Amino acid sequence: MRSTAETVVDVRGVVSRFGDNLVLDGVDLTIGADEIVALVGGSGSGKTTLMRHIIGLSRPVAGEIFLFGEPLWAGDYLEQQARRRRFGVLFQQGALFSALNVGDNIAFPLRELKVVREKEVRELVAYKLSMVELEPEHALLMPAELSGGMIKRVALARALALEPELLLLDEPTSGLDPERSVAFVHLIRRLQRQLGITVVLVTHDVATLNALAGRVAVLADRRVISAVSLEETRKVRHPFIERFFQY
Amino acid sequence: MARPRLETDARGGLHPVGNWTLRELAPHLADLRPQLAKVSRKTPWRLNGIERLDSFGAMLLWQSWGRDWPRELEISEELRAVIAAVTAHVGLRLPRISSFTPLDALVLLGATLLSFMRHVLDFLVLLGQLVLDLLFLCRHPRLWPLREISANVHKVGVKAMPVSALVGFLIGVVLSYLSAMQMKAFGVEVYLVDILGLGIIRELGPVLVALLVAGRSGSAMTAQLGVMRVTEELDALAAMGISRSIRLVLPKVLALTLVMPLLVLWTSAVALVGGMLSAWIQLGTSFAFFLESLPQVVPIANLYIGVGKGAVFGLLIAMVACHFGLRIRPNTESLAANTTASVVTAITTVILVDAVFAVVLRNVGVPM
Ligand SMILES: Nc1ncnc2c1ncn2[C@@H]1O[C@H](COP(=O)(O)OP(=O)(O)OP(=O)(O)O)[C@@H](O)[C@H]1O
Ligand SMILES: [Mg+2]
Repeated sequence: MRSTAETVVDVRGVVSRFGDNLVLDGVDLTIGADEIVALVGGSGSGKTTLMRHIIGLSRPVAGEIFLFGEPLWAGDYLEQQARRRRFGVLFQQGALFSALNVGDNIAFPLRELKVVREKEVRELVAYKLSMVELEPEHALLMPAELSGGMIKRVALARALALEPELLLLDEPTSGLDPERSVAFVHLIRRLQRQLGITVVLVTHDVATLNALAGRVAVLADRRVISAVSLEETRKVRHPFIERFFQY
Repeated sequence: MARPRLETDARGGLHPVGNWTLRELAPHLADLRPQLAKVSRKTPWRLNGIERLDSFGAMLLWQSWGRDWPRELEISEELRAVIAAVTAHVGLRLPRISSFTPLDALVLLGATLLSFMRHVLDFLVLLGQLVLDLLFLCRHPRLWPLREISANVHKVGVKAMPVSALVGFLIGVVLSYLSAMQMKAFGVEVYLVDILGLGIIRELGPVLVALLVAGRSGSAMTAQLGVMRVTEELDALAAMGISRSIRLVLPKVLALTLVMPLLVLWTSAVALVGGMLSAWIQLGTSFAFFLESLPQVVPIANLYIGVGKGAVFGLLIAMVACHFGLRIRPNTESLAANTTASVVTAITTVILVDAVFAVVLRNVGVPM
């Protein structure tokens, strides 16, 4: 399944500012199908901002973004909705619906489709829970009753609910202990191989990078300064990269 | 992207082709489901035409096979693994929330009563804590949360002045206009000042302001405390060793208790101006006459009652708002429910307490 050279995400010359604060200035990034790309960068370097542009939550000041070969903002409401259902997102804070229990959180996007029967929804929810290594009993817990790591896993299960082709994860391993964060990365890699999806993952964490074995896009000086494999990234001469891998 | 289809071959075998993924299947499910339902146990299957299969597609096939592998099946190892992964888990049952029985109804009734008791108890605890905090602050005057109190005075008092003036003025005009019309018919226009003065100063002013403030500031206080719970700000404060009752509850309660009497004075005054204006236009009552006769026909006790009621209502509204705000659980549903409950309870309490005032003070300040 990993032969196609089809590009899934194509970011061209994106510029982004908040008031006087220029956050991104000409970001270019191309991600092909079935790739795993880690986006690294210092705190406040604009990783979340770039991700919000890619999923269309905010519009860049300049530049273009193509998803699955089409401009992100092309088409009417239904076409845009269909495009949005092709990717799943895990937000930095989880962003679970606090009024719904775990099962209903995962079932929510499935029910929104209005074609899946309730019995099938329940089975798929049970399957998604097992995918992220949670038990069916956890379905009745409320988000406020979960630990930090469980929140991440439930959010991942919800992001996987619609069988996305592209998965965007904002710091999925932050707040987990090293062992768990490596286990989480292995989980993501296993899912990626099983489902043949493209994964974009924001991280600060060198352990996560080592476990991930994909391409590393480095965001520094308001642009992507390199997007190559981990070994090659280590060789790039740039103050940020040298500091980052020093530890 | 090939659309998912179910083809039949010469031997009656089934041959799914295309992308059997949730997104591709969704628009065609209405056609495919009946076809899949007709399948018998003996039908041979050939799955090598499937380009992509996800867990939903796998589940559909598994269902149609009657939750078992078909006897005749041509399938690649890759697809078999996908289906096997799903089937290993479809047997897992999600726990169900049990259905409602008559026993549950009884339990619900009891729980409702108990929860009412708990509300009362919590409210008393809040009041007691407030008294303790006041005593504590009297012994440690440096710890008074003066900034918070003054910020709250500004928010619930100063900023409420325009809207309460507008509402008061309009009510004054309407009341005066309608009463004047009736009184003219009976030729008793001279009593207009009595009616307006007594009605507005003693009754309408305080209740009107209380309703406005309950909707405006009470809801805001509840929602603020609730969001602080949702975002764990309450916990952060507690971890810093800062008493939330001194820093959050007390300033709100004190500010509203202090500010309400002033708002009542202000609103009553504006309402009287409205009434005076309307009386002048309709009956030709001069401002001088109105202002001169007001103190003569309305005993000063009414002003004290009105202002006193204002203070009590302010105390009640702020206490109710904080009571419900602190009960909010960290989810949006509870936030909405408690904010509603806070406003409804505050308004109901204000009207109940007003009735008590009316009965207790029936002999005070009413000209015989
Ligand atoms: N809504 C906003 N309004 C104003 N400024 C913002 C907003 N969101 C982000 N910023 C600014 O944009 C910059 C980049 O923020 P962003 O959240 O993208 O950083 P990040 O790389 O995700 O950091 P972290 O690794 O800490 O999550 C920061 O300087 C931040 O202050
Ligand atoms: Mg971020």
